[in-house]
Amino acid sequence: MKNKLETLPFKGTPEQKEQLCAVIKEYKDVPGALVQVLKKAQEIYGYLPLEVQIDVAEGLDVPLEEVYGVVTFYSFFSINPKGDYKISVCLGTACYVKGAGDLYDALQKKLGISGGGCTPDGKFSLEACRCVGACGLAPVITINDDVYGRLVVKDLDDILAKY
Amino acid sequence: MYRSHILICGGTGCTASGSGAVIAALEEELKKNSLEEEIKIIKTGCFGLCAVGPIMIVYPEGCFYSAVKPEDMEEIVNEHLIKGRPVKRLLYKETVAEDSIKSLNHTDFYRKQKRVALRNCGVINPEVIDEYIAYDGYAALGKCLDEYTPEQVIDIILASGLRGRGGAGFPTGLKWKFAAANKADQKYVCCNADEGDPGAFMDRSILEGDPHAVLEAMAIAGYAIGASQGYIYIRAEYPIAVERLEIAIKQAREYGLLGKNIFGKGFDFDIEIRLGAGAFVCGEETALMTSIEGKRGEPRPRPPFPALKGLFQKPTILNNVETYANIAQIINNGPEWFASMGTEKSKGTKVFALGGKINNTGLVEVPIGTPLRTVIEEIGGGIPNGKKFKAAQTGGPSGGCIPAEYLDVPIDYESLIELGAMMGSGGLIVMDEDNCMVDIAKFFLEFTVDESCGKCTPCRIGTKRLYEMLEKITSGNGTLEDLDEMEKLCYYIKNNSLCGLGQTAPNPVLSTLRHFRDEYIAHVVDKKCPSGVCKDLLSFFIIEDKCKGCTACARKCPVGAISGAVKQPHVIDTAKCIKCGACIETCKFGAIIKK
Repeated sequence: MKNKLETLPFKGTPEQKEQLCAVIKEYKDVPGALVQVLKKAQEIYGYLPLEVQIDVAEGLDVPLEEVYGVVTFYSFFSINPKGDYKISVCLGTACYVKGAGDLYDALQKKLGISGGGCTPDGKFSLEACRCVGACGLAPVITINDDVYGRLVVKDLDDILAKY
Repeated sequence: MYRSHILICGGTGCTASGSGAVIAALEEELKKNSLEEEIKIIKTGCFGLCAVGPIMIVYPEGCFYSAVKPEDMEEIVNEHLIKGRPVKRLLYKETVAEDSIKSLNHTDFYRKQKRVALRNCGVINPEVIDEYIAYDGYAALGKCLDEYTPEQVIDIILASGLRGRGGAGFPTGLKWKFAAANKADQKYVCCNADEGDPGAFMDRSILEGDPHAVLEAMAIAGYAIGASQGYIYIRAEYPIAVERLEIAIKQAREYGLLGKNIFGKGFDFDIEIRLGAGAFVCGEETALMTSIEGKRGEPRPRPPFPALKGLFQKPTILNNVETYANIAQIINNGPEWFASMGTEKSKGTKVFALGGKINNTGLVEVPIGTPLRTVIEEIGGGIPNGKKFKAAQTGGPSGGCIPAEYLDVPIDYESLIELGAMMGSGGLIVMDEDNCMVDIAKFFLEFTVDESCGKCTPCRIGTKRLYEMLEKITSGNGTLEDLDEMEKLCYYIKNNSLCGLGQTAPNPVLSTLRHFRDEYIAHVVDKKCPSGVCKDLLSFFIIEDKCKGCTACARKCPVGAISGAVKQPHVIDTAKCIKCGACIETCKFGAIIKK
């Protein structure tokens, strides 16, 4: 499902690189630490572009394919940058039967990006997620930490206008 | 000493409905009236009735306020808390009788429920261990260490008839017995809180509302099988549950209820949290353990079973959150008490997350064997907007759909399997006549294609092919032969996949083919989607009588498919129409339909 959709060039800073090196150093000899290191790397950069994956692979001395394998296995890891406002549309069953699919289509159209992508100005990114557990309020979308429930397509413009 | 206690739900559902702002506004109002010393606010776990959240109960009266807003707090404080007059307009409608207020337990939603696993949810403050202890918390652990040998603990669990609540229904006591019988220098107790089924949130609510119940049960399990270390594998998507678990573990350690020499009986047990990174397959037991070990969470062949070689190749038991939530009460009340609920083969209660097209969405707990009709029509309050019930979906992507003619089926492990559905972990999604069953099958297959780990071919490629066949059908290109081919492929995937994910992935297709074959036939023979969902099979029309000729739709249509003079009914050229739906959104008169 991970489409390669990077719309923004990688802009890592030396400070971020330094932090990453410190993390790698801390975990270098811990067996099975790859997932932990990647979690921290994503905290530092916000996502895990190829450049960061190469650093992790070289730092931990594991093949890049293994790093890429783990990154693409877990949906928590993202190889695409996230916008300032991360929009997640819940496509869990409860939301889906109540029309979350229409919300997702409408948002892709309104933002001009496909799922997993980020607007060119870096403001919004859009993704589908599986159940935030607020099934009582279906259909639900979240924008960063805000949860919006019981939505219809018509509500979306007002919500987007808030950001 | 407080004269009044106010319980407000701090679960994910009500938090999303804004209970945080309600609490802040209430605190403000109490402060304004200098009532902080007289009235105590308690943030609890889930009450279950998420549909009308945020929920708030005022004791001692037991007034049940629903859908409260921050701006209502002033009135509640002034009227109810100061003058003693409950604010009727904010009370949950069913609790308001002529001149009296009914108890919550007499409402349709709660009357037929039996709360065992959810006993403390919505009752105690989950962030204060003393509240759990006041409700007999950790008494069961004390009793086990004091009075029973590990063998006796296992015998009690066996006698209770408790079966795994994660979905498969394996007898819990038996699992423990196997792990106890294997000798090793280290054993592990794991808790599966990787609640991946979309539409299921029972485990999350238990962890948010009563985290100590799980910790206590894991310690009891540790004593029974001879393990000193536990792991809780929980989804990173559940931040509130993770936070409350962390608080609970810290408090239990401070009280000496976790750690070294618990209750001075020489028993050591500690628990660590491991966060999942978002992979559905990690809910499968061997994949979960591989993931805790820091690798790609791919399943391993069984045997060897985890009871022999599990986490880090040591004997391990893995139980689901809801299973653990029953343990302490079985010890406290005795196995006979537990076995008195439920059916011959399935004892106790089961929690369901009720969602979809139903009025009372939320969390319900009923004795196993309760008819599905009771859950949907009485507790769930039926289908909204006067629509007709079409199916109930249980077991998520591994489960199936139960059609209307089987509404009286008792909900237990065996009866549901017979219908081609399953008990599952507890997601219960209701669908009405507007839901297309072929589309639902496609929805679940898209999920499993996405979540298949790729290790074994039948699952990786088989589910993809199955999805493509469904796509062919929903786009109007399917044939009757495709239906037979699809069925064959389903059985092939079921019989040849390595783990539970692949073995159950075709279930949504098989069950809809069995109960809703007519819908499939409508798609392949008539090229129609009877529910009006599958886009490629729909056409858009303007109802002449309703159209005012405002031209809004014609201006909005991106391909110029709509024509008509001002103030005259418009027409859609179906050959040009790309079915984007922009016109329906624009029309203020509801004059455009798709069929």
